[in-house]
Amino acid sequence: MTTQAPPRPAATARDSGKTKLGETMLDVRNLKMYFPVHQGIVIQKKVADVKAVDGISFYIKKGETLGLVGESGCGKTTTGRAVLQLHRPTAGEVLFEGTDLTKLNSKQMRTLRRQMQIIFQDPYGSLNPRMTAGGIIGEPLVIHGLAASKKDRLDRVAELLTTVGLAPYMRDRYPHEFSGGQRQRIGIARALAVDPGFIVCDEPVSALDVSIQAQVINLLESLQEKFQLTYLFIAHDLAVVRHISDRICVMYLGKTMELASREEIYENPLHPYTKALLSAVPIPDPIADAKRERIILTGDVPSPLRPPVGCVFHTRCPIAIDTCKQVIPEWREASPGHFVACHRV
Amino acid sequence: MTTNGTDKLLLDVQDLRTHFFTQSGVVKAVDGVNWQLAEGETLALVGESGSGKSVSALTVMRLIPSPPGKIVSGKILFQGHDILQMSQKEIRAIRGNKIAMVFQEPMTSLNPVLTIRRQLTETLELHLKMNKKAAKDRAVELLLMVGIPDAARRVDDYPHQFSGGMRQRVMIAIALACDPKLIIADEPTTALDVTIQAQVLEVIKDLSERFNTAIMIITHNLGIVARFAHRVNVMYAGHIIETASAKDTYGNPAHPYTLGLLQSVPRLDEPRKSRLVPIEGSPPDLTNLPKGCPFRPRCTFAIDRCAEENPPLMLVGEKHWAACWVDVKTRRPRP
Repeated sequence: MTTQAPPRPAATARDSGKTKLGETMLDVRNLKMYFPVHQGIVIQKKVADVKAVDGISFYIKKGETLGLVGESGCGKTTTGRAVLQLHRPTAGEVLFEGTDLTKLNSKQMRTLRRQMQIIFQDPYGSLNPRMTAGGIIGEPLVIHGLAASKKDRLDRVAELLTTVGLAPYMRDRYPHEFSGGQRQRIGIARALAVDPGFIVCDEPVSALDVSIQAQVINLLESLQEKFQLTYLFIAHDLAVVRHISDRICVMYLGKTMELASREEIYENPLHPYTKALLSAVPIPDPIADAKRERIILTGDVPSPLRPPVGCVFHTRCPIAIDTCKQVIPEWREASPGHFVACHRV
Repeated sequence: MTTNGTDKLLLDVQDLRTHFFTQSGVVKAVDGVNWQLAEGETLALVGESGSGKSVSALTVMRLIPSPPGKIVSGKILFQGHDILQMSQKEIRAIRGNKIAMVFQEPMTSLNPVLTIRRQLTETLELHLKMNKKAAKDRAVELLLMVGIPDAARRVDDYPHQFSGGMRQRVMIAIALACDPKLIIADEPTTALDVTIQAQVLEVIKDLSERFNTAIMIITHNLGIVARFAHRVNVMYAGHIIETASAKDTYGNPAHPYTLGLLQSVPRLDEPRKSRLVPIEGSPPDLTNLPKGCPFRPRCTFAIDRCAEENPPLMLVGEKHWAACWVDVKTRRPRP
């Protein structure tokens, strides 16, 4: 574990990571995140668990982007937070460069947080309205002791602002003086301040206008190339996820349905849920859109409090058989690198 | 029906201006727009936040809060009568009856303390003077129409017992209650998941075809529009900058902004691009619009004339208008 504290110059921090490009950086094994439901006012009794994430496994290699897609309530955001130990997982392992994060105490975790950061969905709620942009971006530098002097810190803030496409003079402005896209850039600069190797991007463009989304996506991509960043990219927009990800993981009701490379998922989807998701995405072209085969799922996502027995998707699945209602499908490798959980594949 | 069958004009909006008088200045949210809608036609209003699309819709319903808002000028002819000249009583007879609205937020636009049945029968009793019994039967019928299973039982449920997609179906059922001529749907699927979006849009499309209801759908999602609309109006900074059939809007965009929007979204049906082509800059401050074309600071086609004069809508093809001095295909100024 890297616990040495002396401030390192910005450029070398990443190179000192143990993992080389292309090697596994993050390995998540059988991750479970349950939230207890209590009943009673004075004497509280646990009555059930919301199984937000229920036994999922995946890995991310250094320098790549893993896209995590699914509908609201499927557990994708919880997964991102559990990986960073913002929620302490109920069970499972999260190996980051070989260290199991679930075994660390909060002090050890804090040192490691320098290497893993998060960009939030809401550019309005995730910045403190009483701090200036410079204060927000400089705060992680203070907390982790990364700036030797005030001048050092201001220089670094100016550099970060430039990196994300803003101007250094903007550091004295408050969040309300920025547009949504600019605020998201401040959020990105804050995440970059500590030189992380791994960033969880939790729906970073969903709240932005269409014309601004592309700007932020391009920024994330060029930062990845420049700093060899590794992303866990959480989103519900499949077109955006396809654009930015190397591999894609589809979640439904706390479980992983399918995981494969970008090309495989879009050209050769195996799971009926993946197929339905893909066909539901509208395409901005009336002629091309009319030609597509469309699978419209009936019904709603069931409650994670009482997930269906057997395969969680069987209540909406167009090809479900009796086995699906009883037996939980196994998470298996259908072809090299292409994982799926379905009885009918 | 591929395009509108009757071609009978339902709504005719002329030179409409809705401004907001705020402390930081006059916000010209809608500034001189003209558009028409025929019976049974589906019109899409596309634009980013702040482009004036929702304000346009609220103006048609006369729901602009005043102050600070004010309809400064214009006419909205609905079946030949000017909505803007009507008394409160007259407009109330139309609102929810002939023109109905579906809002974006299915979570907050239903009353949480009333049953679904009451929210449906309220409209029926008020506008159609139905008695309680008839209204209840009709309520169940409406819920079945929008695809709510087990409607007879669920009609007595409260909104919180419904999921997001189901609530949006209830909203549509309320909108349909009085057999309206026009439904204004303001971002009807934005708050919903993709698979639910597809369901709700199918319901709206199917109903509009069955009852020959005109739909005005407001959205920022270009994909949704493609599947639905007969015509598309693209708005930017309070102006309509392009209006065309859906086919032309996507296949043959004539305004740099429309072109930019289409290029900036990744598409599932096309090979992946290595980089997206964004529209640089951000939408303008409506209290302080630049002289000339409001899109000029972000436009890659701009010429000198754009800084001086705001282009009007010009005919560029069959039933296709665009407000741009430059022909985006040849990059030459229009004659």
